[in-house]
Amino acid sequence: MKILVKGGQLVDPSQEINEIRTLYIEDGKIKSYPRGTKELEKDPSIKVIDASGKIVSPGFIDLHVHLREPGFEHKETIRTGCMAAAAGGFTSVVCMPNTNPVNDNASVTEYILLKARTEGVVNVFPVGAITKGQKGEELSEIGEMWEAGCIAISDDGRPVMNSRVMRHAMEYAKAFGLPVISHAEDLYLSSGGVMNEGFTSTMLGLRGIPNASEEVMVARDITLAELTKTHLHIAHVSTAGAVRLMREAKKRGVKVTAEATPHHFTLTDKAVLSYDTNAKVNPPIRSKEDMEAIKEGLNEGIIDIIATDHAPHTEDEKKVEFDLAPFGISGLETALPLALKLVEDGILTLTELIRKLTFNPAQIIKSDRGTLKLGAPADVVIFDPNKTIKVDREKFRSKGKNTPFHGWQLSGQILYTVVGGHIVFPT
Amino acid sequence: MVFERKHILGLEELSSDEIRLILDTAESMKEVSERDVKKVPALKGVTVVNLFFEPSTRTRASFEIAEKRLSADVLNFTPTESSVVKGETLLDTARNLEAMGASVIVIRHAMSGAPWLLARELSSSIVNAGDGFHEHPSQALLDLFTVREVKKEISGLKIVIVGDVSHSRVARSNIWGFIKLGAEVRVVGPPTMIPRDIEKVDVRVYYDIEDALEGVDVVMMLRLQKERQESGLLPSLREYSRFYGLTRERLRLAKEDVIVMHPGPINRGVELSSEVADDVHSVILNQVSNGIAVRMAMLYLVASSGGNA
Amino acid sequence: MKSKVIMDSETITRALSRIAHEILERNKGAKELRIIGIRRRGIHLARRLVDKIQELAGIKPPLGTLDITLYRDDFRRRTDWPSVQKTEIPFSVEDKNVILVDDVLYTGRTTRAAIEAIMDYGRPASIQLAVLVDRGGHRELPIQADYMGIKVMTIRTQKVDVLLKELDGRDEAIVLQLDSPNEAG
Repeated sequence: MKILVKGGQLVDPSQEINEIRTLYIEDGKIKSYPRGTKELEKDPSIKVIDASGKIVSPGFIDLHVHLREPGFEHKETIRTGCMAAAAGGFTSVVCMPNTNPVNDNASVTEYILLKARTEGVVNVFPVGAITKGQKGEELSEIGEMWEAGCIAISDDGRPVMNSRVMRHAMEYAKAFGLPVISHAEDLYLSSGGVMNEGFTSTMLGLRGIPNASEEVMVARDITLAELTKTHLHIAHVSTAGAVRLMREAKKRGVKVTAEATPHHFTLTDKAVLSYDTNAKVNPPIRSKEDMEAIKEGLNEGIIDIIATDHAPHTEDEKKVEFDLAPFGISGLETALPLALKLVEDGILTLTELIRKLTFNPAQIIKSDRGTLKLGAPADVVIFDPNKTIKVDREKFRSKGKNTPFHGWQLSGQILYTVVGGHIVFPT
Repeated sequence: MVFERKHILGLEELSSDEIRLILDTAESMKEVSERDVKKVPALKGVTVVNLFFEPSTRTRASFEIAEKRLSADVLNFTPTESSVVKGETLLDTARNLEAMGASVIVIRHAMSGAPWLLARELSSSIVNAGDGFHEHPSQALLDLFTVREVKKEISGLKIVIVGDVSHSRVARSNIWGFIKLGAEVRVVGPPTMIPRDIEKVDVRVYYDIEDALEGVDVVMMLRLQKERQESGLLPSLREYSRFYGLTRERLRLAKEDVIVMHPGPINRGVELSSEVADDVHSVILNQVSNGIAVRMAMLYLVASSGGNA
Repeated sequence: MKSKVIMDSETITRALSRIAHEILERNKGAKELRIIGIRRRGIHLARRLVDKIQELAGIKPPLGTLDITLYRDDFRRRTDWPSVQKTEIPFSVEDKNVILVDDVLYTGRTTRAAIEAIMDYGRPASIQLAVLVDRGGHRELPIQADYMGIKVMTIRTQKVDVLLKELDGRDEAIVLQLDSPNEAG
């Protein structure tokens, strides 16, 4: 397919470009930045998109998505999850292994990639489980999973409680150059908890998960990363203390990166008042101080990327007593507008924001995407940062309508998502 | 004033005027319980369902008597006997009851927030008979009623709540109720049992029971459940009763006319020594008879609000 | 709102005195009497009757107060609920002659509710009704006043208010012309 994206503001942090520039896509790659477009516009085989007044950037890369397939297809499938990603401006998603069966061996990895190739409209990169069945006891066949196409390992959904097992996993992963993604939670401290531990949990009579549960494990994993000299990536940072630990570790030169989700930099634990299970998530949404610290972490560059931790569930599963509802927010389709608020509030510049959604995640998984340089795969997103939209969960492409942002008025609308030179959104 | 709420879910959201209205209405209801024909036709033709997911003979019996004294049609629904065992969700169970014509559902549930889920999704009036660790409004209202009966005025009283505050819905509701009516509230217990940030609602936290009892007008003892020891919050019941049990000597630190309350059933020798339990200061039995009057008042006000708000 | 005074202070005092005489006559003395006032104004009128009867017969009949809110028949139609006040009947009604006292008799529903309430206290020998003003022609139930201060014919768009010294500073019975029958309550 041939596409001419005319007159948009091209923001490509990988090349430090931020100016009005036209983009030409051919054969699935970024072909050129034409100056004059009159000739190209005359060619009927070329689709022309007028992007004046809009932003043109590399397609977003989400390092933390739960596609739920195989095993939980009632919540989401690779097909619907990818459609949701495309609607959210994401051209690549990294999917977590807590499926059923768990992605702890090459055949499950191959299954996911096959499904993604035939049914997924965006690029899918699987994460392999650290331990067999995510039980935290024996290492899974990490080498074979790498060969099959995994780009990182993680037991996300669960931590690896046994420090010796985590150490071995970090050492072993070095042979394949795989980053280790840590879901930092001490299961003993978080035991039974369903929301942030604090005044709100006391008022609501719900068991809380203290900040310490995350910080204890962040400290442990940073220490192990230093010992083993592996690349550690901390998933969904939620506490001020974790940000502080990361700041200090980076200063020391430890190879650690971190992500934050839109719900963690937008909401406080008051979001669960009146027992709204749509805001029940793990790690929980925390206090105002924690939210501010995450925004500071983003601003200082301590938090390298924004990832959604997209976790769809069915309506029936969420419409139950708070204690029984599963954790998770369906986040792919609200990520951009929520992230743009950071630009509006002066926390990040637009370039910095886009870097955290494109180039930085690509670097972490050693991908050649996340850039619009000539010859790169044509993964592009075109959006209008000023268009106001009202979040309507019924219109989500994802099967998961579980969002605490339903009805919110936000700015930022995805106009086109292009993957490998094909327009995948709108369909 | 007019009671405009469709539900009574907890004391945290009630205004002090609303609480006073419930207590004043309970006065009239108490009179009904004291005459020979203990019945008024106020809720005639109204179906009230007692949906108790947790076993509770006292509270349920109290609600049932209250409902019958108001001439309501009463249905007791205990899910252990029914389809919930087969996996029916709370909402489906409640929707079935609503379809059968239940105007008021009195619900007791092991999980905090269950009544809110029903209030959001159903059109019946919901009365909370205790949800998880969250609130137990009828118990707190009857405690307030009992204290008001004896002390005439709640404002200015010093109340201390003793025991496992973090797992107690009775404690939480009482804290809201007594603070809203102007009392000074203290909590005392082992630090592992005091909820996070409770000082933020203007409650004084003590770890020493003798300091906490100094000069108080009302002592409210909480039940200690054995599971707490098993989950590592306490080394032993013996140690708990040594440091936090209420004995005659400790009670002397309080005001001379102090009253001792307990939501029942009592663990003699653990929270209270036997002698204190029988003591003339104790109003534990009064609480039981006031419970019916208070529950009658709650049901009457909620049913008569006409399903508004 | 136009208003017309139908009883002034003197008329009310004379009416209560006459009613007291009639009660004593019909019941052959004060011994088996029990006087119960219906909240709110009925209570003050009842008190005055008790005093008058004591003056006339040398016996002070026991006095009770009755709140009929819990016995109303329009339970689920109203949106403006008066709060429930205390009922105090500190005596047995068994085999006694109960005199119910109220300020105005209109549709008869309040009286019906009061009768049902009294029956829950026991089985009186008789229940008799004394009212200050009987609004003829509006009865919705077969209820009659045994003793009345004055009978007036009114229409639905009118309201009768009884003011009493104890509550309003003066004794007066007035007929008010309302804008709509709904205000008649």
